[in-house]
Amino acid sequence: MNWETVIGLEVHTQLTTKSKIFSGASTAFGAEPNTITRAHLEEDAGKSLHEDFAGMTGIDLNRAGTPLLEIVSEPDMRSAKEAVAYAKALHTLVTWIGTCDGNMQEGSFRCDANVSVRRPGEPLGTRREIKNLNSFRFLEQAINYEVRWQIEQIEDGHKIQQATVLFDPDTGETRMMRTKEDAHDYRYFPDPDLLPVKLEEDWIEQIRSTMPELPGAMCERFQRDYGLSVYDAAGLTSQREAAAFFTDTLALAGEANAKLVANWVQGELSASLNREEKSIAEAPIAPAQLAGLIKRIADGTLSNKLAKQVFEVMWTEGGEVDAIIEAKGLKQMSDSGEVERIIDEVLAANAKSVEEFRAGKEKAFNALVGQVMKATKGKANPSQVNELLKNKLG
Amino acid sequence: MSLSLDDVKRIAHLARIRVSAEEVGQTRDRLNGIFELIAEMQAVDTTGVAPMAHARDVFQRLRPDVVTEPDRRAAYQAIAPQTENGLYLVPKVIE
Amino acid sequence: MAHSTLKQLADLLATGKTSSVELSQDYLGRITRQNPGLNAFITVDAERTLAEARAADAVRAAGQAGPLTGVPIAHKDIFCAEGWLTTCGSKMLHNFVSPYDAHVISQFKAAGMPTLGKTNMDEFAMGSSNETSFYGPVKNPWDTARVPGGSSGGSAACVAAGLAPAATGTDTGGSIRQPAALCGITGLKPTYGVVSRYGMIAFASSLDQAGPMAQTAEDCGLLLNVMAGFDPRDSTSLEREKEDYARDLAEPHDLIKPLAGLRIGLPKEFFGAGLTGDTAKAVQDAIAQFKSSALPRSKSACPTPGLSVAAYYVIAPAEASSNLSRFDGVRYGYRTHDYADLTDMYEKTRAEGFGAEVKRRILIGTYVLSHGYYDAYYIQAQKLRRLIAQDFAEAYKHCDVILGPTAPTTAFKLGEKADDPVQMYLSDIYTIAVNLAGLPGMSLPCGFDALGLPIGLQLIGDYFSEARMLNVAHQYQLATDWHLQLSPIMRMETEYKALDALLSVPEAGKKGTMV
Repeated sequence: MNWETVIGLEVHTQLTTKSKIFSGASTAFGAEPNTITRAHLEEDAGKSLHEDFAGMTGIDLNRAGTPLLEIVSEPDMRSAKEAVAYAKALHTLVTWIGTCDGNMQEGSFRCDANVSVRRPGEPLGTRREIKNLNSFRFLEQAINYEVRWQIEQIEDGHKIQQATVLFDPDTGETRMMRTKEDAHDYRYFPDPDLLPVKLEEDWIEQIRSTMPELPGAMCERFQRDYGLSVYDAAGLTSQREAAAFFTDTLALAGEANAKLVANWVQGELSASLNREEKSIAEAPIAPAQLAGLIKRIADGTLSNKLAKQVFEVMWTEGGEVDAIIEAKGLKQMSDSGEVERIIDEVLAANAKSVEEFRAGKEKAFNALVGQVMKATKGKANPSQVNELLKNKLG
Repeated sequence: MSLSLDDVKRIAHLARIRVSAEEVGQTRDRLNGIFELIAEMQAVDTTGVAPMAHARDVFQRLRPDVVTEPDRRAAYQAIAPQTENGLYLVPKVIE
Repeated sequence: MAHSTLKQLADLLATGKTSSVELSQDYLGRITRQNPGLNAFITVDAERTLAEARAADAVRAAGQAGPLTGVPIAHKDIFCAEGWLTTCGSKMLHNFVSPYDAHVISQFKAAGMPTLGKTNMDEFAMGSSNETSFYGPVKNPWDTARVPGGSSGGSAACVAAGLAPAATGTDTGGSIRQPAALCGITGLKPTYGVVSRYGMIAFASSLDQAGPMAQTAEDCGLLLNVMAGFDPRDSTSLEREKEDYARDLAEPHDLIKPLAGLRIGLPKEFFGAGLTGDTAKAVQDAIAQFKSSALPRSKSACPTPGLSVAAYYVIAPAEASSNLSRFDGVRYGYRTHDYADLTDMYEKTRAEGFGAEVKRRILIGTYVLSHGYYDAYYIQAQKLRRLIAQDFAEAYKHCDVILGPTAPTTAFKLGEKADDPVQMYLSDIYTIAVNLAGLPGMSLPCGFDALGLPIGLQLIGDYFSEARMLNVAHQYQLATDWHLQLSPIMRMETEYKALDALLSVPEAGKKGTMV
């Protein structure tokens, strides 16, 4: 039998304000988003801590009043993967425009998932709401568990009751928090202490004019203007800081080197950050340094291998590319006279290989190239060595 | 309109006020008396009149995002019925 | 000194004839003698008062005194005052020592006016007789078998008895004006938003407004100067230029006809069936007095008082049900002793902590906001509210002030209406519309009934016309002496003072003050 999963997300994004929503108290303490149906401001109500306080629950109100933007989606998602993709895209968006720091561990960005199942074509099933999922992994696990549980219940002849549930990461299961029988008894009215907010047109315009280019538009522009692959463009625009690092580096390195810059930001830089669990803002290398390195690759001063060594030095010790090349003697040999002299020495010392090559053994040629590279400590340009060697043996 | 005893019990539960079995009858009678007074209002034709939440058309003031209040947690918690480690204690919420 | 006005006390202080400490001791002495009978105060703390008085005297000695520095004042127990028990007349807050000051309190502190104590009131300001107070009813100084009105009954009674030269009050549906009328004093509810509600325990946020209660309109003007002002901590506080509300008091545009040009509105709706003979006559006489010095009355229509009451008893309880949800036994105040779980704790705490009237209003509010009834009650009441405000706006095209009775009757007997909420609600029939429209309103003494109980004249002005209203009231008080009549308790205190002066032989250099 076929089951269709239906998911809608309510994402709470804590706003990056210094003060609380209705007072000047401090907030400090210890799929594609086009499915959004509405967003509203609310205040954090605080949280319950269920550790043992002599059999009581502790209410932590330190965060009470912290402003949150709750973003509610349509029930448009049909799988946990789709829900995660939507949540990730939303995460990128809110951190990109700077309204939320996106810190999921601290609860700045958390998801409630409304999950139901139905037979394809049937009306929506009764939903259960999984509260407070604070990682993309938990979001996926919780939805998958909940879907299996609901299908089992229905197939066993039970009915799903509307409820709020919690996900326990230790067991990987959801469990009932409260039923929502009283939901229709909620009482709403215009709070007289909370006046209507009047948004003046010029204020909206002013904000619109200071809005950064959004990630989707930037991703398309990177492909169009710099010829980047979808993979590179999407990767670079998954985080505003990464995109900024890329564009800053590009501005200095020249647009002709876009692909090279993208490779380095996505490759070496990203790998080093991951290894040291650093954010891009904490990177010890500035765009100007990386741009310098790129230029030296582009003009043939550095081979890819040497460039990685320079990068390593930059990362650990700092410094500009040319100074590092100089100090560490990492410059690629471009003086053909010098390379020819070394080739002559290698040919003289390896008469056997020369003979073998002349007898038609291609492998002997590679051995000679290897010897030359070894003699130059890798600083020779391999293609130059190839060419010169062929001429000499030709 | 007249409230039944069950109506009173339901409203009392929504308002989180315990009304004892002895009180519920009198409470209903008093509330029904008040609703008779209120009922006068239903006779007025208000078609086309916009509801008014405030006597004057006032709008929310916006303010700069700066911290202006000092941390008074200790003073506020000193007057609470039961606290521990900066938390307000209540009967266990979930088993 | 029991009947001295603020103005007179300020002059005594300015000329060095008395000190704030001496004045405060004087009033504290009267409180000690008379409060057991009147129950006008919930909390008195002489040490705190005298410390503030000493500070005020030091300010004066340093040459930094303002117009009212050193004059003591009593505050309704609805205002949070740091270090003071602040109960709002409820068991729910029987142990609440406020950790902060209401804006009104800090304004009076800044003006150097010591607090004489916190006055009794109807629980959470819900009542018109002061009988809903957890701390027992206040007695009317004109007849202690009668109510002082409410909800600011303690404030009205203490001023009428001479236990304080002035007091603060709050007015959600008449809670300053009705007790002022029943106790024979002058009270002003300003335009909504003129005085900050920060730290004033909320009843119905779109209606609540604080104001002064004193013996004269002039004193009310001086006090409003202290109380008014923008406060960013109240979202509805109005950002207006600071104004001197007493500026026009002695502004006789014409010495013979001081109120020449004043257009008076007399809505026929205010002189309907519920108005008893003596009150109707006194108010008519007052109007005649005005007519001799002002323009002939202009006709004006006002909202039907009955409809205002109906709309009010939907809107105010709705807002109260939301505001009072904060009293749940978690963060402050009363918590029940035995409970099985959280819901049980909430329900018992609120059942035990709130009195009957407060519970009734919360239940009404809960009902009118609940699913299926919201449109028929809450929205309909809000629409009526607009009609009421529009009626007033229309009236003020043709007049400057509206005159009428403050309350339908003089002070009624304790217990007379306590079991009949609807009859009690109708005590505010003439005052409620003013709150719904957010207008300023005053009550001033205009006569006495056959039993010698004071009658109040209500004066309703257009938005922000407080200075003009105070001018009109002051001119009336210059021409009449109703406000100068002393309640039996105040007369007793005045005589006591005379006796005291006669009996005590002051030692050299020591002033004879009896506490």
